[in-house]
Amino acid sequence: MGVLIEQFPLYVSGFLGTLRLCVFAAIGSLVLGTVIAACRVSPVPPLRALGSAWVTVFRNTPLAVVLFAVAFGLPELGVNGSYFWFGVAGLTFYTSAFVCEAVRSGINSVPPGQAEAARAVGLTFTQSLSLVILPQAFRTVVPPLGSVIIAMIKNSAIAGAFGIGGDLFAVGSTLTSAQGYAAAATLFGVLLGYLVLTIPAGIGLARLEKKLAVAR
Amino acid sequence: MTETGTPMIRMAAVDKHFGELHVLKDINLEVAAGQVVVVLGPSGSGKSTLCRTINRLEPIDGGEIAIDGKALPAEGKALAGLRADVGMVFQSFNLFAHKTILENVMLAPTKVRRQNKAEAEKNAMRLLERVGIANQKDKYPAQLSGGQQQRVAIARALAMGPKVMLFDEPTSALDPEMVNEVLDVMTTLAKEGMTMLVVTHEMGFARRAAHRVIFMADGEIVEDATPDDFFTNPTSDRAKDFLGKILTH
Ligand SMILES: Nc1ncnc2c1ncn2[C@@H]1O[C@H](COP(=O)(O)OP(=O)(O)OP(=O)(O)O)[C@@H](O)[C@H]1O
Ligand SMILES: [Mg+2]
Repeated sequence: MGVLIEQFPLYVSGFLGTLRLCVFAAIGSLVLGTVIAACRVSPVPPLRALGSAWVTVFRNTPLAVVLFAVAFGLPELGVNGSYFWFGVAGLTFYTSAFVCEAVRSGINSVPPGQAEAARAVGLTFTQSLSLVILPQAFRTVVPPLGSVIIAMIKNSAIAGAFGIGGDLFAVGSTLTSAQGYAAAATLFGVLLGYLVLTIPAGIGLARLEKKLAVAR
Repeated sequence: MTETGTPMIRMAAVDKHFGELHVLKDINLEVAAGQVVVVLGPSGSGKSTLCRTINRLEPIDGGEIAIDGKALPAEGKALAGLRADVGMVFQSFNLFAHKTILENVMLAPTKVRRQNKAEAEKNAMRLLERVGIANQKDKYPAQLSGGQQQRVAIARALAMGPKVMLFDEPTSALDPEMVNEVLDVMTTLAKEGMTMLVVTHEMGFARRAAHRVIFMADGEIVEDATPDDFFTNPTSDRAKDFLGKILTH
């Protein structure tokens, strides 16, 4: 267990790297996923087609392949950036497909009369969605979204394995392969790092769910 | 009723299908400003569909619909703008479940009409007062009885200052003792000159408040008469049959 104490600063920096990656990707995928869900339920056929194509592509492609495509495809399209930002982008695109489907199931759980009443008083599609449907949909969507975000935190290790550098996974592989620490002890530290992210995320979500349930 | 100027609602040769089912067949209907029309007919005859095509909650396959001389736009902003002028009251109330009573009434005036909060609140309180729910303004819809919710739904529609009000069986989901509190509000509205199209089985309301009764069967308007004529001298067999069933109960 010595590795944990000796290399504590490295673990902390790896933890912060993973945290940064996850915060950006979580915000990105929640926003993008909600926008794509809005496309999928919109009255405009091309937007609906775009939304379902996005989900089909990213939900059915392995994350490693998405990351690969982003890291090598975006520069070819003239988009340049660091591996960190490519990692954020790949994780965001991939996770947005799952966020979209969770949000869409939430939208479908809102009784159709709510949307009809919203349209009948003269709200536009965007207003109905943002003022009436989504606020009610998010209530039922918190538990599945929580699972999606926790899965995303764990998936961030794949971005690490892909070589964005500076995250928990990179710390683990540097310490074991380059510096020769025992794998079990080193990975225990890495595991702790992920648990410190995922367990509080789970607790926070459970709280949020309770609070929303009380507020009807 | 004397027909003067443009009708408030005009439906010309309107057709509507649900797949194979022909639900509205060549509907021609004009409702003058200030007129109260009650729509009757057996279940499945197309009454709700008729009502819902008027603000395009259901699109139509053929024909034309105009409100106050303006043809219904297809989709988007223009349609939303037109719907703002047409109030609708549903059988199942459909109040916004996550908003308080006051917020329910204020939402569209602030977001669609761009009224400021203070003005919208004053107007909302006046309307809630009028339907007798002002003291419940901070509650959520689920905390009110059905009759109270339906009166709030009427206030919500009135808050937009509509030219026309559509009612689709507004009292059918209510316990019997709450029916009258809603009908009273509707009767007052009718007396004040609101243009109304009301789908209902409340014969008392039809006799008391309607200028005109339309009887539908199988997607067609079969009779169009004053309440007196319709109830005492129905001409079609289907109307006689329908009245026989309703009035003996
Ligand atoms: N969304 C829909 N999809 C398919 N068929 C529908 C739909 N809405 C209504 N219908 C059918 O169209 C016909 C007319 O329905 P509508 O609701 O207008 O009748 P109604 O006169 O209002 O009946 P009720 O008195 O039962 O409310 C019915 O046969 C109904 O089953
Ligand atoms: Mg009906």
